[in-house]
Order: sequence, then C-alpha cells, then structure tokens
Amino acid sequence: MREITLGQYYPVDSVLHRLDPRTKLFGTMVFIVSLFVADSLAAYGVATVFLVLAIRLSKVPFSFMVRGLKAILFLLLISVSFNLFLTPGTEVFRIGFLKVTWEGLRLAGFMALRLIYLVIGSSVMTLTTTPNELTDGLERSLGFLKHVGVPVHEISMMMSIALRFIPILVEETDKIMKAQMARGADFESGNLLQKAKSMVPLLVPLFISAFRRATDLAMAMEARCYHGGAGRTKMKPLRYAGRDYVTYLVYVLYLAGMICL
Amino acid sequence: MSIKADHINYLYGEGTAFEQYALKDVSFEIEDGQFIGLIGHTGSGKSTLIQHLNGLMRASSGKIYYNGEDIDQEGYDRKALRSRVGLVFQYPEHQLFEVDVFSDVCFGPKNQGLSQEEIQQRAKEALMQVGLKEQFWGQSPFELSGGQKRRVAIAGVLAMRPEVLILDEPTAGLDPRGRDEILDEISKLHTEKKMTIVLVSHSMEDIARYADRILVMSHGEKVFDAPPKEVFRHYKELEQIGLAAPQITYVVQRLREQGISLDGDITTVKEATTAILGLLGKAGSRV
Amino acid sequence: MGIIKASRLIYDYIRRDEENHVEEVNRAIDGLDLDIKAGDFVAILGHNGSGKSTFAKQINGILLPTEGTVWISGMKTTDDEHIWDIRKTAGMVFQNPDNQIIGNIVEEDVGFGPENLGVPTDEIWKRVDESLEAVGMTAYRLKSPNKLSGGQKQRVAIAGIMAMKPQCIILDEPTAMLDPNGRKEVIRTIHELNKKEGITVLLITHYMEEVIEADRVIVMDGGRLVMDGVPQEIFSRVRELKDYRLDVPQVTELAYELKQAGVELPDGILTIDELIRHLLPVLQAAGAGM
Repeated sequence: MREITLGQYYPVDSVLHRLDPRTKLFGTMVFIVSLFVADSLAAYGVATVFLVLAIRLSKVPFSFMVRGLKAILFLLLISVSFNLFLTPGTEVFRIGFLKVTWEGLRLAGFMALRLIYLVIGSSVMTLTTTPNELTDGLERSLGFLKHVGVPVHEISMMMSIALRFIPILVEETDKIMKAQMARGADFESGNLLQKAKSMVPLLVPLFISAFRRATDLAMAMEARCYHGGAGRTKMKPLRYAGRDYVTYLVYVLYLAGMICL
Repeated sequence: MSIKADHINYLYGEGTAFEQYALKDVSFEIEDGQFIGLIGHTGSGKSTLIQHLNGLMRASSGKIYYNGEDIDQEGYDRKALRSRVGLVFQYPEHQLFEVDVFSDVCFGPKNQGLSQEEIQQRAKEALMQVGLKEQFWGQSPFELSGGQKRRVAIAGVLAMRPEVLILDEPTAGLDPRGRDEILDEISKLHTEKKMTIVLVSHSMEDIARYADRILVMSHGEKVFDAPPKEVFRHYKELEQIGLAAPQITYVVQRLREQGISLDGDITTVKEATTAILGLLGKAGSRV
Repeated sequence: MGIIKASRLIYDYIRRDEENHVEEVNRAIDGLDLDIKAGDFVAILGHNGSGKSTFAKQINGILLPTEGTVWISGMKTTDDEHIWDIRKTAGMVFQNPDNQIIGNIVEEDVGFGPENLGVPTDEIWKRVDESLEAVGMTAYRLKSPNKLSGGQKQRVAIAGIMAMKPQCIILDEPTAMLDPNGRKEVIRTIHELNKKEGITVLLITHYMEEVIEADRVIVMDGGRLVMDGVPQEIFSRVRELKDYRLDVPQVTELAYELKQAGVELPDGILTIDELIRHLLPVLQAAGAGM
C-alpha cells in the first residue's frame, strides 16, 4: 500500500524528461487533436511515426506504455464491435444476423488505433513528467484563465497538496480498517446495504482525520507566510530552453502534415 | 492456553525486486497470564508481528497457534480469534466513530453478535475498567481530551472481553501523568483480571516497571527473549540495535565498574534507592 | 525588551451555539507575563491542557490575545501590517510531521517559505541548500517526504523554517510522535541551530530528558507560569513537578530520593555523569567497595 505512486512517472534521464512540462502538455494536445483529424492510412502512418519517435526518445520501456491499455480494454472492445457491426455499406461476410462491411472494418480499425494511440500518447507524457511538473505546467499554461476569475494558482496548489496527501490517506485507510477489524468489523460479507453500513466505522474516522490534517496543514502554511499566489516567487520557475522551441517546430510540421494528408 | 508462533516469516513485496523480510524466523510461546514487553526500534517488525497474533496479517510461512489450534487452517474462525486476542493499535482514538462514547464501546460486542443486554453490560464494565467516569458516557467521543479518547478506544477493545490484550504504544503522545494512569490501568487488568498482556513500548523505564518478560525485535528477528533484568544486562548489545536500557541500569553499571558492590540486575528507581541506602547503612530510615 | 515578550496575556477559547450565543468560555492562558532573551534555549513544560500550545500559537499570530499583548522583536502581534514579518521572525514547527510538509519533494518543501516571501529564485536555492545542510538533510533533498522517518520529516520541517531566516524557532511538541532515536535527532538538531546560528529556541515538550540542556525552563499550569529557572533549579523541586502532572528523569528522581533519605548530594542532578560524580565519593567513604 505504501508504495502507491500517483501518475506513473518513470524516472530516467531522457530528452523527453527534460522538456518543459508545458511543451509536453501542448504536444499531447496536438497529438490528440491530430488523431481526430486523421482520416487516411497515410495520416495514421505519420501519427505512428510521431508516436514511435516519442517513445524511443523517452527511454521508457514499451511495456510501460501499453499498461494503460488494460484499463480501456472494455471500452475498446465495445467501440470496435459497434463500428464493426453497425456500419452500413458493402458486405464482406456475416455471422448470423450480424453483417460486417468494408466501411465497418475501416472505421473499427481507425477507432481502435485512435483509442490506443490516445492512451499511449498520454502515457508518454505522464511517464516522463513528475506530478509536480505537471501541476506547475498546468498552472502556467492555464495562467491566462486568471483574468476571467479562475483561481488557477489555488487549483494547482490543491492538486499538489492532494498528490502529497493521497498516499498518506491510503495508508491511513488501511490502518483504520485493520483497527476496526480488530474490533470485529466485517467489510466483506453481507448484501449491498449491509456493506454500505459497514463502511461507516471506516469513513467517519477517515473523514475526521482528513479534516484534522487539513486544519493542521492550513495552520502550517499560514505559519510559513503563505498568502495565496500574489507576490510569490518560484524556486523552480519554468523556462523554455532551445530544445523546447525545436519541439514546438516539430509540432507545427507534424500538424501541418496531418491536416494535408 | 497460549499463543505460539512457530518459525514465522513475513515478506513484503514477495516476488518483486523490493522483496524484504519484515519478520524472519520468529518463534516464541506466550503463556497465559504473562505480561510481555515487546521492544524494538521503528521498522524492527514489532507492529507486523502483533498483527499476526490476531490474524490480521497472514505469515508468508510458519504457523501461529492459539490454544493449540492453527489459526490459518481451513475453517478457523478468525473473527472470533480477534475478540479473544484484543489488539489496540497506536493512536487508537483515531478509530472512534460513534455519536457517543457508550455506543462506540458497544461496537465490538455488537459485532460479536451478543444480546443487547450483554452488549451494554460489557460496555459498562469496559468503561469502568479504564476509569472513565459515567458523566462522559453520553458525550461525543470527539469532545473528550486526548487521554480520555485513548481510554474510550481501549475500552472498545476490552468490551469484547479478550483473553489476551495487545497494545501498540498505548501512551504515545500522552503527558507523564496520562501515561502513568493508562499503564496503571493496564497493569490492573493483568493483576486483577489475570489478562495476558503484550505491551509494545519505546520506553524501557515503563517496560522495566511492568513486564515480566521482554521480547526484543531487530530487523525482523527476535534477538532477546528473557526477563527484563536479564535483557537489560545486555545493554551494550541493545545500544547496537538502536535501543537502550533504563537510565538506572547505566547508573548501577557505572558504579559497579568503580568497584561498588551493587546488584547488576537493578532496573527501577525504587530498587536502586533501597540498594544504595542499604550500602550506606541507612536502610529503613525512610524507604 | 527580549525577542518574545508577553504581558498580562489572556486567551479564551469561546464556543458558540448556532445562534452565535456564547455557550462556553475556556480560559487557556490566564495572565501570562514572560520575557525571552534573544539567543536563549528556552523549554516550556506543562501537561496537556496547561496552555503551552495555545501560547505557542500566540507567538506567531496564529491566535491573537483576548486581553494583553504579545511582542515579537518589538512588533505587536495584533498589528496587521506586521503579521508576515512576525511569522518570518518567529518560525513554528508543529507536532505532526506529516501535516506540515507541503512539498512533494524535500527541497521543494524547504523552498515553500521563501517562495511565499517573494525571495528571488537564486536566493531561494541558496537558502534551501544552507538550511538542508544545517539540519543534515542534504542527502535526502530529492526524496519524497513520504519515504522519510519521523525524525527526518521533522528536520525537513525545521529546514523549511530556517529557510525563512528567522531569529527564533518555536517548536510545539516536535517529538511527541517520534521514537527515541527520532527524538534525539531532532533535539540535537535544534541545539546545533541554537549554538551555531544563534537562533532563539522555544521548545515545548513534556519529555523531561529534552530540557536538561536548556538555558531556561518554564513550567505552565492552568494557563499560568508556575515555575521559571535554570534546569538544576526546576528539577530540584521534584514533588512540585509531580503536582503539575510532570515527571523527572530517573537519575534526578534517584538523587532526590537519596537526598531525602539523608544522603549528601547537591540539588537538581540531571545526568548520569553528575550523579556518579557526587555519589561515588559518598559510597566509597562508606566503604561500599566490593
């Protein structure tokens, strides 16, 4: 339980790891958009090259990239079968009443590729970016929203605190669960209603603990002169380097290629 | 009647690169009515060990017997075991959840499936045992002081009428008086109710005062298992594993090194006072 | 006037019902006068509920007086314009190590205070380096706080305060949740900061072993200051300490008991060395050799 990691950062040193998080966030966005624009084999070819290149540059083993696919396997199967069986057009073969068409095969194939690339593409980002960098990147990239009243700094501070406390609360849940089991609590058997009821001895202490921690933390932050984002400096400010500009150029070329194809 | 641990091993992250022994070939037997002090620095495996004794954790290999029965065998009632081997976790007040003190203490016996009457009887008895006055019983447990909360939590385990009571640092964070009060009540459960006690503590002074046998854990292994006086004689080895004997042991040892004829087994202030006054021919003058 | 000064300080915790009527008033501090000299290592003792933690929170303006005044370096805690200067001057370390670390990486947490103060980036790095070095945690700077022991977490918290360049650190039971080794680690660290950096230390605790090296020991009870002196003085009053629900180290108690029985020993013995030094001649004179 203690070893739980959020996100799935894979610590190696690579060009991709060193890129500014904003560059990676933007790149992921570009890639996702491009997948929805792509409508030809050639376009998918370019996307494949782009993705393979990114994976190679990240130095993260390919097996880590495909792990995320497990989670969407079900979604993948459903969307593929829908496209496969429900697209009208020239029949190729049929299984009972289900008719498979050329158009269906094509759509299903693209749909599958799209989903798989989407997951792998975002994995490349999360595997090469620490949760902190990600929060920082988001805060800076979305900074413009400040002007329309979105508390960007506060939201990113909340995210970063959540990242810090989720492992602690997971451990605490485990502890409280065991303490109640030592008092004969049963979290497994019974019907749904009984199970829900049996969660009370777990959830109440957990909530109280989270609340106590929040109060403590607020006090500690105040004691360390925290007073919101105004006037704050950064220990690790985000600065674009040459490699980031090169990367942006690659994005432009890639996007142009995708649109033309 | 006893708890017997037979060559217990427990591995964290079994089968991964991080594989690590939390318990390594630990064996012992706890007889009825003993008061055991369990010591070891943080990460020595003592918390893992006590969770094996009431079946909350399962050993990777080795067996635990309660009253001669293997607790891991098919069909063994582990839930019943947990009410017989009561376990009070560290900071037990963090597990309180009911609207009032009395209902919280009733949680354990209720889970045992007892009659309403019996549940209330046990809760009353447990609250009395921990010395919590009746005026607090109807209050929300969250409004009590730290020491009182701790008592409610201990009562919550006592209400199941365990035969063995295991407490993981029951005095952590309490002030000196609060600490003494809790320890005295635990000691009373031992002497008056003949309960078997396993006390996990960092305080050698407390252990020396109450325990009649000490188990010392280090890096998942049992390194000592003997009466306090015998264990504290190895104070130099204890230091090597990040522990220490009570201060009095050091005073006595230092005096002995200087040729003063004191008994090397002295571990409490009372014993030391009597012995030194005896040497000075002032015995009985006040002590 | 010293670095911390409290005059006729009173603080009430007030509980109100739904209609905002006062339901219960709990006087936590009851007329406290105190003056702490810059550079001192002062320990505040008291049982739970004696008002010592409430006082700590008064010092850096987390709580404000009901009556009376608190000055930090001459600044009144009630003056709004000084609040950040006060918090910067008097840094605070709390009991629970987990609940005061904000950063996900040790060095980032240490940088949190200076970031809030608007310190330029280069200067933050310098301060972080120095602070981590001062508490001996440089080797752990890139670790996640979750992977540290309790004592290490508290040292990180102390470094986080040091990075704000305070003149004074208040530690509110910093060792209550630690094991004996963690406790020693933290106490050693704050003694070093006191000696090497000249930081004024206010240590609130109920572990007696931790205060024997203090310059001054203050005992609080019922929100008042009831004892005040050097450790030897305070610890010679064993009975009184016990009445305030406190304890003394075993050696002190042994020396006290022996003295009560008529053995010639000085007052307030605090360490094993001291006791041996004074007791050995007495025993040898009585011919207690083997």
